[in-house]
Amino acid sequence: MKVYEKSHSFYEVFERKSGPAKEATHYCPGCGHGNVHKMIAEALEDMELTSRTVLVSPVGCSVFAYYYFDCGNTQAAHGRAPAVATGVKRANPDSIVISYQGDGDLAAIGTAETIHAANRGENITVFFINNAIYGMTGGQMAPTTMLGQRSTTTPLGRQEHVHGNPIRMCEMLSTLPAPTYIERVAVGDSKHVMKTRKAIRKALKIQAEGKGYSFVEILSPCPTGWKMDPTVARDWLMDEMTKVFPLGVFKDESDNVDEGSWDREFKPFDTDQVNAYLDRLKTSMTEGAQVTLKEDLHCKFAGFGGQGILTLGLFLSQIGMRAGQQVSWFPAYGPEMRGGTANCSVNLSNERIGSPLVDEPNVLVVMNQPSLDAFEKTVPDGGLIIVDTTIVQGKPDTDRLNAVMIPASKIADEVGTPKIANVVILGALVAATGAFTPEYCMETLRSVIKKKNLVEMNMEAFRRGYDFVKNQ
Amino acid sequence: MTNNAAVDAPFMEVNAELCKGCQLCVGVCPKSVIAISDDLNSASYHPAYYTGADCTGCGLCFYACPEPGAIKVVKP
Repeated sequence: MKVYEKSHSFYEVFERKSGPAKEATHYCPGCGHGNVHKMIAEALEDMELTSRTVLVSPVGCSVFAYYYFDCGNTQAAHGRAPAVATGVKRANPDSIVISYQGDGDLAAIGTAETIHAANRGENITVFFINNAIYGMTGGQMAPTTMLGQRSTTTPLGRQEHVHGNPIRMCEMLSTLPAPTYIERVAVGDSKHVMKTRKAIRKALKIQAEGKGYSFVEILSPCPTGWKMDPTVARDWLMDEMTKVFPLGVFKDESDNVDEGSWDREFKPFDTDQVNAYLDRLKTSMTEGAQVTLKEDLHCKFAGFGGQGILTLGLFLSQIGMRAGQQVSWFPAYGPEMRGGTANCSVNLSNERIGSPLVDEPNVLVVMNQPSLDAFEKTVPDGGLIIVDTTIVQGKPDTDRLNAVMIPASKIADEVGTPKIANVVILGALVAATGAFTPEYCMETLRSVIKKKNLVEMNMEAFRRGYDFVKNQ
Repeated sequence: MTNNAAVDAPFMEVNAELCKGCQLCVGVCPKSVIAISDDLNSASYHPAYYTGADCTGCGLCFYACPEPGAIKVVKP
């Protein structure tokens, strides 16, 4: 005996649904979602997959799929279902993960996620319900709306030169090497409904066998959005939509890939692994004695990109870290690697730091004229300003500020290269603030400078900057 | 709507309360044995019903119907 009836993969009563009629769906009369839901549910039951299935629902009318399917459910931000499905699948490799999406969700806001999940060959199944319109929001033009098709936002019909052409996702995705199976079907007449049923089962089977990414586009009617009777909508679907969205198999590698070949190795979260990973990121910095600051340092370092402004900030931060202080380093720079402006904010404090931003630095380093112009006035009275006089022509207000005028680039050039003017400045900064002993800083630099053949040159540069201030 | 006198014969049945009257089942039935009721259900739809004879149990109406629980087809 054969009985066709409501699948056990559906809840018997849709308790999550609000309002009365808890055994009926929220879909409009004649909507294609219901047909597809039924065939997915039936396939999951027949293939005994329901208990390990996670269905990711989209934004759109099918946002409420979790009302109906008695399996794992999650609902993704608009367009992000394939990204969420990727995470679910990779964290739970034994699960069957379905990304169920409409055309606005999949082909507009979620285009990137769609393409990249396919391109990675994620072992998930995407069911793409294409009804050529934004149904839930009231029938606006979607990426798949056909030329000439009227919608609330294209009252005269979609026009190529104004709105672009309908996007064909199967055709686009089938150019990618990774996907295993891509087919377009239609829930139109009975013959095509049964073809859809077959495609749904095939896609799920491919995933269950670990054969990779499967994508089934299902042309589906939206009688309400199209303003048609349900039976007329089915006819229009077969007569008109299939002209723009031809049915058929676009890609099928399921016989050519081995079972399990797209399974991902799963490593459960484990603290030791995370610690081992973090250990690899540790610097070579040696242990140092605790140093308490007489006064917190709130530094702004500014100049051209390429002068080592950000590295100067890093060096000072590393010295502070080694000394057991709270530190923050916050770079700000343009897109240029060299020639643009760059600055960084560095805080060294005995206490916890609230914000990494430094609006009123008590230490300002300027290595070009625009930086002097921009930041001098931000330094409170009595603050320290260090100026590389090789480059900066202007003079700071020495009545108001404690100024160190040092030809840092010239000194660095004498040491070996003007590129290490930043380290000359660091030496001057340490001397002028008295925050650390020069030996302490040089020990730190010795351990953090990666190019070991440059260590001695940097030691010399630091010493020259330090002595310049001390000998003034 | 089940014809108890003919339990050996295939039949379809409609849960009139869940039917939304879209008529898709009517159109796909090869034997034209599904019709639309003059009555309204509690959601104000005219539900489909089995006219009572000649169902072959092909199941096409089941798959044409978007509503999970509205149609049941039995083929002994």
